Amino acid sequence: MPINFIYPEFEIVRDESQCIRCRACERQCANEVHGYDSERNAMESDELKCVNCHRCVLLCPTRALKIIRTDHTFRENANWNEDAIKEIYMQAGSGGVLLSSMGNPKNYPVYWDKILINASQVTNPPIDPLREPMETKTFLGKKPEKIGRSDDGTLKVNTSPQLELELPVMFSAMSYGSISYNAHESMARAAQSLGTYYNTGEGGLHEDFYKYGKNTIVQVASGRFGVYLDYLNAGAAIEIKMGQGAKPGIGGHLPGAKIVGDIAKTRMIPEGSDAISPAPHHDIYSIEDLRQLVYSLKEATQNKKPVIVKVAAVHNIAAIASGIARSGADIIAIDGFRGGTGAAPTRIRDNVGIPIELALASVDTRLRDEGIRSSVSLVAGGSIRNSADVVKAIALGADAVYIATGAMLALGCHLCRNCQSGKCNWGIATQRPDLVKRLNPELGHQRLINLLNAWKHEIKEMMGGMGINSIEALKGNRLMLRGVGLNEKELEILGIMHAGD
Amino acid sequence: MKRVYVNEKWCLGCHLCEYYCAFANTGMKDMAKALCNLEIRPRIRIEEQDDISFAVSCRHCDEPLCVKSCITGALSRENGVIVIDSDKCVGCFTCILACPYGAISQSETGAIQKCELCAKTNDGIPQCVAGCPNGAIVFEDRG
Repeated sequence: MPINFIYPEFEIVRDESQCIRCRACERQCANEVHGYDSERNAMESDELKCVNCHRCVLLCPTRALKIIRTDHTFRENANWNEDAIKEIYMQAGSGGVLLSSMGNPKNYPVYWDKILINASQVTNPPIDPLREPMETKTFLGKKPEKIGRSDDGTLKVNTSPQLELELPVMFSAMSYGSISYNAHESMARAAQSLGTYYNTGEGGLHEDFYKYGKNTIVQVASGRFGVYLDYLNAGAAIEIKMGQGAKPGIGGHLPGAKIVGDIAKTRMIPEGSDAISPAPHHDIYSIEDLRQLVYSLKEATQNKKPVIVKVAAVHNIAAIASGIARSGADIIAIDGFRGGTGAAPTRIRDNVGIPIELALASVDTRLRDEGIRSSVSLVAGGSIRNSADVVKAIALGADAVYIATGAMLALGCHLCRNCQSGKCNWGIATQRPDLVKRLNPELGHQRLINLLNAWKHEIKEMMGGMGINSIEALKGNRLMLRGVGLNEKELEILGIMHAGD
Repeated sequence: MKRVYVNEKWCLGCHLCEYYCAFANTGMKDMAKALCNLEIRPRIRIEEQDDISFAVSCRHCDEPLCVKSCITGALSRENGVIVIDSDKCVGCFTCILACPYGAISQSETGAIQKCELCAKTNDGIPQCVAGCPNGAIVFEDRG
């Protein structure tokens, strides 16, 4: 047998005095880590298979389990760190591209954590959101350039189609296929209840979810899976996906093994065939081409629905966004390099793209400078982790934000980053029926509602502290932000002053 | 009246309800101490085959065959809940034969045992319901 170079990353610590041999851990682990030896009446574990998803830990009724990082070590080396060495071993063994999932975990600066929010003192009173009205509603879409009046003096109303959000947070695109039916149902029901939107991703819209259409953004991606007239008309808006923050510049590949039953039907492709999304849209090689697709989609939906163009945050994002704004799109969604994915080559995930904070600020600045900011709305995504990130994003210039990793965490995800295995123990990134049923949408949708209601309260508190009583007044209000520990160039791009300035 | 209902669509077959039931009926405070090295005798049981699993416990029937069949009057109906008086039970197991759901079993003492909706042990909060991780077991009044 050849040498296995990979030593288990985690150790499963079982407190024998607490374990009652109920075997829940064994039954719940799709990776088959736990086992039971009836001769010894003892539980056993194969740590090599453990992905540290905490399913067993949290279901253990006596809290007999915990998972710790192994202290087995390589000789310390600041250059050849443990991950670098292990990745060499893995590739030397497999000869393949390294795959991973969820967002970029590397130690790049998180600018949200280097930005501080203002509050009112003495000269401008803060507002108490519990006592005074506070508006979190916002609208996404092209805004009129100027107010026009007809001959009899009445206002001309020719507003482009808008999305109305009760709070400036939406669930971003995750396809049916990459995540489960129950995960989609949880998001759809939560979006409906919260007065916001969820996004189908590129996998089409399951027939059961057409009823949530008013709260659905339907996506048209390079694979065009499940796209047809009823689909386009089912949603409240249409999103053209040009790129994704986790893997800019490359497409997607859902293996044939996952294209079964309803997923094949929803994607409108034969069962068992690989669902390959090309890296480019093969009909889009310029802004003019993009414009054609934008207007084709508008025509197909009688100009009733705003069109979103989603791009990954890359080096010349400001110029790209300027082009998109001129293509006729109503909304631009920018996805930062920390955005999640169900599967991406590790090298791409960890090395391609730029932080959403910088991308958002530079796009907002560029569109303002060019006088076209009001012709599009901006949606920022790619690791919005809490309500403070939302407030900072809006103050930097976003009209709303997209969350996905945060939403998955609310549904039980533990960021074990093994979505690509298809064995998600939490019933999210899997299509195995016995695993999918672990996510009960009745419980899941309520957790999403709880999360966003909590954020809404916090957003109101923070806005109130600044003496601001509406999202509209916070938008692009960069004077409310200060940087800490940032250099001149970073402050210049973010368009904010340093703390103390 | 509120009863325990099971939705097999959400049952994961984790068997935790059995352990919470067994623990609830020990009257002890620490689950590990109560159940360590114990062959549990839960009043709720998971039935499973292939991909289907669901928990079965007393339905608290409006016309309970177990009560009718009881030769000593140990089983009776109190406010809709079928309760057992262990002192009266002689362990003839007629009720076990009569129950169409297989919800009655033998206890360690020889008397029969069945779900009493945790009325005697946990202030009427069924612990199988409280412990189910997926909301598959519910305690509802469905008329």
